Amino acid sequence: MLHVFTGESPLMSIDTDTAARVAKLARIKVEEDALPALAQEFNTILGFIEQLNEVDVDGVEPMTSVTPMRLKRREDVVTDGGQQDKVLFNAPDAREGFFAVPKVVE
Amino acid sequence: MSDLNTLGLAEARDKLRNGNVTSVELTEACLTAIEGAGALNAFVHNTPELAIEQAKAADLRIKAGDAPDMCGLPLGIKDLFCTKGVPSQAASGILNGFVPGYESTVTQNLFDAGAVMLGKLNMDEFAMGSSNETSVYGNAVSPWRRGNEETALTPGGSSGGSASAVAADLCLAATGTDTGGSIRQPAAFVGITGIKPTYGRCSRWGVVAFASSLDQAGPMTKNVRDAAIMLETMCSHDPKDSTSADLAVPNFEAMLTGDIRGKKIGIPKEYQMDGMPAEIDALWAEGREMLKVAGAEIVDISLPHTKYALPAYYVIAPAEASSNLARYDGVRYGQRATLAQGDGITEMYEKTRAEGFGHEVQRRVMVGTYVLSAGFYDAYYNRARRVRALIKKDFEDVFAQGVDAILTPATPSAAFGLGEMTDADPVKMYLNDVFTVTVNLAGLPGIAVPAGLDSQGLPLGLQLIGRPWEEGDLLNAAYALEQAAGFVAKPQKWW
Repeated sequence: MLHVFTGESPLMSIDTDTAARVAKLARIKVEEDALPALAQEFNTILGFIEQLNEVDVDGVEPMTSVTPMRLKRREDVVTDGGQQDKVLFNAPDAREGFFAVPKVVE
Repeated sequence: MSDLNTLGLAEARDKLRNGNVTSVELTEACLTAIEGAGALNAFVHNTPELAIEQAKAADLRIKAGDAPDMCGLPLGIKDLFCTKGVPSQAASGILNGFVPGYESTVTQNLFDAGAVMLGKLNMDEFAMGSSNETSVYGNAVSPWRRGNEETALTPGGSSGGSASAVAADLCLAATGTDTGGSIRQPAAFVGITGIKPTYGRCSRWGVVAFASSLDQAGPMTKNVRDAAIMLETMCSHDPKDSTSADLAVPNFEAMLTGDIRGKKIGIPKEYQMDGMPAEIDALWAEGREMLKVAGAEIVDISLPHTKYALPAYYVIAPAEASSNLARYDGVRYGQRATLAQGDGITEMYEKTRAEGFGHEVQRRVMVGTYVLSAGFYDAYYNRARRVRALIKKDFEDVFAQGVDAILTPATPSAAFGLGEMTDADPVKMYLNDVFTVTVNLAGLPGIAVPAGLDSQGLPLGLQLIGRPWEEGDLLNAAYALEQAAGFVAKPQKWW
C-alpha cells in the first residue's frame, strides 16, 4: 500500500541556520529572506525521506553498482591530449591558454 | 504528400527502401510541421540546414543500397544529449551558449546509421521534473487537450519536448532519457511508446549527467515496432562509459512475434495505490485481461519494498546530482555571473550557480548536499542505498519465481494542466514517478504503451517491466499489449 507522508518530520527540523550552511556547502547564493522558505521545503522533503527509517536494513549492504560487473582495465598510458583550444573553447574567460578566474591568492 | 511527418519509423523506412519517398521529402515535411508548431515549444534549437544535409547524404546511401534501418529518418534529440557544434544546454541557464566539441555516443550511433537530426528538444532543467515546467526555455505544451477546454496541459517530464514533438508528428521519433520515469511518464501522458532499457544498454557518454547510477537513454516513438528499431541503433558497448554493458545487441524487431503464450505476467499488489483514479485501475484490469486473452498466465506477485522506492530515490538522485552538478562553476563552460568589485572565487561560484540553476535544480542540489554531509551520510545516503538493494532484490525474487514481465499502470493520473501543481509541495510532483522509479533503482528495462483514453479524452498508459537485458521479450510483450489495446487516438490539431 502506498501512502505518502508529506508532513514535517517530528524527528528533526531544519532551521534557517542549517539551510544557510547547506547553501554555502553547495556554493549557491541564497538571499537571507529566502532562507525560511527554503528550510521549510527541506523539511517537507526530509519528512518524506524519513519513511526509510521504517525499513529493517540490518545486514543489507549498500548497493554500489546496478549490475555487478568488473570494471574494465586498460594500460595506464596517455590516450588523448593536445586539445587546448577545444578544451578552452567554451570557457567564459580564457586567457593565454588558461582558464581565468578572480584572484585566489592575495 | 504533405503528411509524411505523420509516418512512423518502420513505415517510413519501408517507403524509403521502396523508393516511394526520399529522406529530403520526409525531412522537409517535418521541418514544415515544426515551423507551424511554435505554440508547443517542443523544439528549442532548430537545425534545418544540418537536417537537409544529413537527409541528402542518407538518400545517397539508400540509393547505393547501403541503408541501415534508421537511415534517412528525421528525429528530434533531447537537449540533454551533447551534439557536436549544436547548442546543448540541458534546458539550463548555466549552460547558456555551450556548444559541445564532441558527439554523444547515442547520437553518434544514430548518425552513423544515417538518421537525420531536426533539432534539439525541450525538457526539464537537467532532467529534474515531471512536467517540463523547470526548463529555461519555458514550458513544453502537450498537443492534447481535455475535451473542448483550452487549458494548456503538460506533456510530462522530463522528456516533455520529445513527447510533445512525437505526439504532434513534428518528427518521426525522438530520443529521451529516463532517471526516474522521464521517458515513460511523458510517453504515457501523450499516448506514445517509450522504453527505458536495462541500465548499461545505452552509453551515457556525452549525455549531460543527472544521477549516474539511474540515467538511461531510450527512444520515444509512435509504436512498439519503432521503439524496437530505434533502440537497437541507440544501444552499444562503449569503452567511454565504464558502466556500459559488453553484450551483443539483439535484433529487437525480429523478436516481435506477438506470441506471448505461456509467458508469466506478474501483477504487483503494492501498485494498488490509495486515491488512484478508478479509470487507471480499470485500465490496469483491462491490460491484465488483454494479456490473458493473448495466452499469458497472469499471476499475483508482491514487491514488498515498493512504497520506499520514491523516498530512496529522493535521497540517491539528489546526492548524485549534487556531485555531478558541482562541475558547473562558471570556469570551464557555460555562463558566469557578473561579479561585483572585490568578489573572489567563492562569490563567483555562488553567484554563478544561483543565477544559472533554476529553483528545482538548486533545491535538489542542496538536498543532495545535505544527505551527503558529515553526520548525515549514514543516516540518509547509506540507508537509501541499503533500501535500494532491497528493492532490487524484490524484483530478483519474482523473476526467480519464473515471472517474465510485470504489468503496472504507467502513471497515477492522466496529464495535468501546466501550472496546476505550482502551489503543491514538491513531494506531490514527485509522486508522478511512483510507478516508474522502482525500475530505475533496480536497473531494469521498462516500457510505457498507450492503452486507452480517460473520460476527458486524454491518453493513459500501461507499463511493462522486464528482466534485465531481455528488452526483446519485453518489447514483444508490449507489442502483444499494443495489438490488443488497439490505441489509435491522435490529438486534434489546435496549434
